[in-house]
Amino acid sequence: MNEELLDMITNKINQLTDEETVTEAKMNFHKPMIILPADKWTLTAAKMLRDDEDLRFDFLTCITGVDYEEHMEVVYNFYSTVHDHYLYVKVTTPREEPSVQSLDPLFKSADYMEREIYDLLGIDFPGHWNLRRIMLDDDWEGHPLRKDYITDKKAMGLD
Amino acid sequence: MDLLLWTAYAVIILMLMLGGVTFAILFERKVIGAMQLRPGPNRHGPWGLFQTIADVLKLLLKEDIIPAAADKKIFLIAPVIAFAPAFAIYAALAFDENIYGADLNIGILYLLGVASITMLGVLMGGWSSNNKYSLLGSIRGVAQMVSYELPLVLSVVGIVILVGSLNMREIVFFQESAGIWFIIPQFLAFVVYIISSIAELNRAPFDLPEAESELVSGFHTEYSGFRFAFFMLAEYTYAIAIAAIATMLFLGGWLGPAFLPGFVWFALKMVLFMFLWFWLTATLPRARVGDLMNYSWKVLIPLAILNIVATAFIKVWMG
Amino acid sequence: MSDLKTETMTLNMGPQHPSTHGVFRLQLEVDGETIVRATPVMGYLHRGSEKLAEGFLYSQFIPYTDRLDYMNAMTNNYVYCAAIEELFDWEIPERAEYLRVITMELNRVASHLVWWGTYLLDIGAMSPFLYAFRDRETILDRLNEISGARMTFNYHRIGGVKWDAPEGWIEQVLETVKELRENIQEFHTLVTGNEIFQSRTIGVGKLTKEQVINWGLSGPIARASGVDIDVRKTEPYSVYDQFDFNVPTREEGDVYARYLVRIDEMFESLKIVEQACNNIPDGEIIHKKGKKLMMLKPPEGEVYTRAEASKGEIGVYAVSNGKNKPHRIKLRRPSFVNVAILQDLLEGDSIQNLVSIFGSLDVVLGEVDG
Repeated sequence: MNEELLDMITNKINQLTDEETVTEAKMNFHKPMIILPADKWTLTAAKMLRDDEDLRFDFLTCITGVDYEEHMEVVYNFYSTVHDHYLYVKVTTPREEPSVQSLDPLFKSADYMEREIYDLLGIDFPGHWNLRRIMLDDDWEGHPLRKDYITDKKAMGLD
Repeated sequence: MDLLLWTAYAVIILMLMLGGVTFAILFERKVIGAMQLRPGPNRHGPWGLFQTIADVLKLLLKEDIIPAAADKKIFLIAPVIAFAPAFAIYAALAFDENIYGADLNIGILYLLGVASITMLGVLMGGWSSNNKYSLLGSIRGVAQMVSYELPLVLSVVGIVILVGSLNMREIVFFQESAGIWFIIPQFLAFVVYIISSIAELNRAPFDLPEAESELVSGFHTEYSGFRFAFFMLAEYTYAIAIAAIATMLFLGGWLGPAFLPGFVWFALKMVLFMFLWFWLTATLPRARVGDLMNYSWKVLIPLAILNIVATAFIKVWMG
Repeated sequence: MSDLKTETMTLNMGPQHPSTHGVFRLQLEVDGETIVRATPVMGYLHRGSEKLAEGFLYSQFIPYTDRLDYMNAMTNNYVYCAAIEELFDWEIPERAEYLRVITMELNRVASHLVWWGTYLLDIGAMSPFLYAFRDRETILDRLNEISGARMTFNYHRIGGVKWDAPEGWIEQVLETVKELRENIQEFHTLVTGNEIFQSRTIGVGKLTKEQVINWGLSGPIARASGVDIDVRKTEPYSVYDQFDFNVPTREEGDVYARYLVRIDEMFESLKIVEQACNNIPDGEIIHKKGKKLMMLKPPEGEVYTRAEASKGEIGVYAVSNGKNKPHRIKLRRPSFVNVAILQDLLEGDSIQNLVSIFGSLDVVLGEVDG
């Protein structure tokens, strides 16, 4: 059943732009996962996921930013309170000037979670109403969760 | 010679009252402790008797902090203004048939008038601290005082109509000769008086001006040391005074079976009122600002007026 | 009067304030006592748990999850372990799962009791706090007996649990459940009907179903607004599918509804504990590979695992690169997501209701700041 859902989601997203938007679609621990590049991840696609009668992914549970050495990823975990099904959307973005469309205009739950990712990983979310640091000081330098971040223990008084 | 006697009387009353406040605080903590599954203070002296004394000593030794941005003169004088009227109330109280200060013909008027000055101290303290929480606290305090002073005064009018005098001792003597305490014929007035006096005293559930979970500590947030002690002293002095007034108005003052002297009865009745307040503190959540005002204007004041009208009719009908 | 010029005032509520339950700051713009705008400011307690995770072995991170929502640490333990177990694709011994459920549900009751006490303290009732803590203490005693700690349990392990129940523990838990049920019922009778309490809660801080879903709120807050999501039912984890329990929901969405949902939840949790204690099987308490703490190397992959904490849905997004340290651990902390609603909810309300509303969200700052 979940495989059918995966096919349906992939088709619907591809239909939006009439091209192969989804670079990879697979099952991840029994749940559908689609992977697409950041420039193809648009508000239209997210809105379709939220409003389409068969999908109705209305509950944005979790947003995760992951830094791989060669690129960055933002993973969205959706849940549908109507149809009771789940979805991973993985958006890949280059490591230089990473940027992913903000979902804040559609899902308010993205507000804080995107700010946190911006704060800790430095991924830009164009379209966010208030993209400021949330956990660290406003004048903090660097983004700690990046793999090349060097913890200056001396400056923090830990050494 | 008279002057000397008066001064002696005043000093004795002041001392007694300070002692009273000390043990009222202990009593409060013990009562609330017992209601909250804990023993209350029990480290200083037997049964924690010296706890409050230790607390006061600590407060006296504390640094007296005046915020840099405070309005200094008003800030300094506010605790005094809060305390002095509360103490002035005692001048017109009669603790026994023969133990009394000024035998004023306008006793009640004086008591109620003087008592409401205390709120001025609260307002001044809150305003001059230059602290936002204090300001909000004193705004609440003033709004509350304006709303509750009225039913408090109106509730007493029924008694004045029945007695035909404003003199506090006359009122007790009337109860003695009538053979009935006013709590029975004036029960409605009693209820109104008790509720509005709680609001007047800023005690739970009407402790909005110093609601610690909302306004940190309300109007006295910025006060420390001795000045803070003054505010606490004012609060408890005022509470004891209100209990004393209630005792005289509704529970027949020093009247009671003869096996105990009059002033003991008086004290026991006051303790009863104090206990009632502590009991409420331990059991009720804090009321809402809006509800508080509504309750005063829509329930208590009409009730008090109803009581006045009914009493007047009865008085005329009975002659 | 109407052309009198007035100004709004900026009030910084916190980071030190009795009702922010920790170090949390609300930047308020107030007009008298009416709130014009509220901006939550956080991060005072940020310890960088996610960053720390990347430097530890898999097993070493478990104690750090305790410090997120320290009122409900068992579920945090569980969800982290469960995520790694899912990466391994392990079968967990049934006795271990039962012990996990018992500890998690007891902890949920303890967490709700703390909420119950502190919430009433927020709205000015002092006594309930002490009663709630008395009963929480008995729960903590039971959890102490099995895990060796009162709050930061560090009890769950990747593959099972650390200790088996001591002798007679199960019977003692059953005894505690009985006692708790009576006491909580008593609390309910004492407080819920109080008129001042009702006037401060009914109709205050209303949240609609749409708001809840859009802001991603979960837990009792969501269920009090008629959104029936509870991970224990929607995606049963551990052995929750073996128990008979209800998920209390209400439609009103106000503070009072949240209060009642939490009270009802305590009774449901006690029901689960009772069933688990009566049916607990014998056997192993940890997967045999889970005992080798230093050797844990989950296969490459990533997974999002969720569980129902007392505050809402707690999730762990674990990314493994096949080495002995995680590549990335993302913690979806329910309080952090729930607290965002304050921006929307407080506008136009009063300072007094703020305390009541903020208290009703039941956020723990350790979790908000991660």
